[in-house]
Amino acid sequence: MSDYLSHEFAIDSYRPPPEGHVSHSRLERVLRAGRFAVTAESNPPDSADPEDVYQAAQPLGEVVDAINATDASGANCHMSSVGISALLTRAGYSAVYQISCRDRNRIAIQGDVLGAAAMGISNVLCLTGDGVGVGDQPGAKPVFDVDSLSLLRIIRMMRDQGQFLSGRKIKRPPNLFLGAAENPCIPPLEWRADRLAKKVEAGADFIQTNYIYDIQVFEAFMSRVRDMGLDRKVFILAGVGPLASARAARWMRSNVPGIHIPDFMISRMEQAENPGLEGKKICIELIQQIKEIAGVSGVHVMAYRREHLVSDIIRESGVLDDRKKTRTAR
Amino acid sequence: MYQIRLFAARHSRAFEWIYKRVESILVWMDPVFSRIGYNRVERPVAFIERGVKTLLFDCKMCGQCVLSSTGMSCPMNCPKQLRNGPCGGVRPGGFCEVKPEMRCVWVLAWDGASQMQDGQQIRDVLPPVERNLEGSSSWLRVSREKAANMRAARQAARTALADAFPEARSHEPSTAPLAEEPNRALKGSALK
Repeated sequence: MSDYLSHEFAIDSYRPPPEGHVSHSRLERVLRAGRFAVTAESNPPDSADPEDVYQAAQPLGEVVDAINATDASGANCHMSSVGISALLTRAGYSAVYQISCRDRNRIAIQGDVLGAAAMGISNVLCLTGDGVGVGDQPGAKPVFDVDSLSLLRIIRMMRDQGQFLSGRKIKRPPNLFLGAAENPCIPPLEWRADRLAKKVEAGADFIQTNYIYDIQVFEAFMSRVRDMGLDRKVFILAGVGPLASARAARWMRSNVPGIHIPDFMISRMEQAENPGLEGKKICIELIQQIKEIAGVSGVHVMAYRREHLVSDIIRESGVLDDRKKTRTAR
Repeated sequence: MYQIRLFAARHSRAFEWIYKRVESILVWMDPVFSRIGYNRVERPVAFIERGVKTLLFDCKMCGQCVLSSTGMSCPMNCPKQLRNGPCGGVRPGGFCEVKPEMRCVWVLAWDGASQMQDGQQIRDVLPPVERNLEGSSSWLRVSREKAANMRAARQAARTALADAFPEARSHEPSTAPLAEEPNRALKGSALK
């Protein structure tokens, strides 16, 4: 088996990243090798039992290159993303540690980044975060001390210059593959590619987008991205996910920030005899269409409470080609 | 105030022109401010600045004004206080995720910037706000910073001399001086 598919175990001792890489991340190796990458989001447990993290990861682990650990997404409290990422890394998975700017200030985040890297975590996704109002504890104080772009710049500085934002030296810098999000189907559509350019400028190595259900809008976005030459500077993973029903789709559209589901998708779900199956079918079609778009380096599957479908979706979409399973069960 | 703020972002080019004039006066005033003492002028200038900018832009006195790089739409009105927006939660029609009745500050910013002469500045990655500067005058800060930049540019020639003659600088430092010269020591100085 080639090197980029070999397991990525928790790092016991500090070592520099391989030549031409910024981290020990399997995701980075897959992307730099030019393979179509697959990542997926795991459902964070409301539990202090590590077994719950492993169980959530198991159905994903066999088909993905990395598993995202969400940071209280939708402002709902769950096990912390640094905890989940550390457990996943310990179990041999490549974890993407999501950091939201909503809950912690720059002091806490920089400390967490060092801690995460020390525990062997090698991918970070920098996010702004949803407002506290949509979550389960709307009275919480929103922090937003930094934003996703300044956070990218801060972590890049920690990694490349080996110093904190204050200029104080870091003895051993964190070797991290830096990610950011983009939402190509949400207004202002005309400026989304420009914002992506800013994220690349700030330090993003890879991008995971929010849900794509409108392939035409996404294609227009990607054509702008290619015109600006951004696809050569950053790896773009397009976000997808299976819809459960027309009702669930409508609910998501009006209650979860930043999700655009076009009417024709919802009516297709409505007319389906078996909506669950139709949702899966749509997801597979979207992945196949996305794979044909120039400049896209992979897909990111977000199957909230439908994680059991991810393995089938990935296999049936055919994006893994001849690739062996990256990891069986734990 | 919200309506005036929308008006300002719609007429970003005019406000850019006005601000550039104000800024050049502020920079020109630097020696005056220095003589009186920036400490002493801080409170009255901040008072005026707060009044004018609150009326026009719903200014929050972050002390690090970036209106010229944000299409004349103040980013501190974003509920997430993004300095590099918009976020991924913008609602259809360009409304705010957190305050659905408000136009997204950053949609206004990108639209406003596209009309401005220096509109491409919105592409610069801005650092996080230094919260300990909140409430202080950004105008005076600009005056100090730009004046310091101009002084540094004037110093560059002298620094280059010292860099080019390192031995002379170390053995006979007065032949390649680096320390700031008092005005009276200079013949025909532009600094008088």
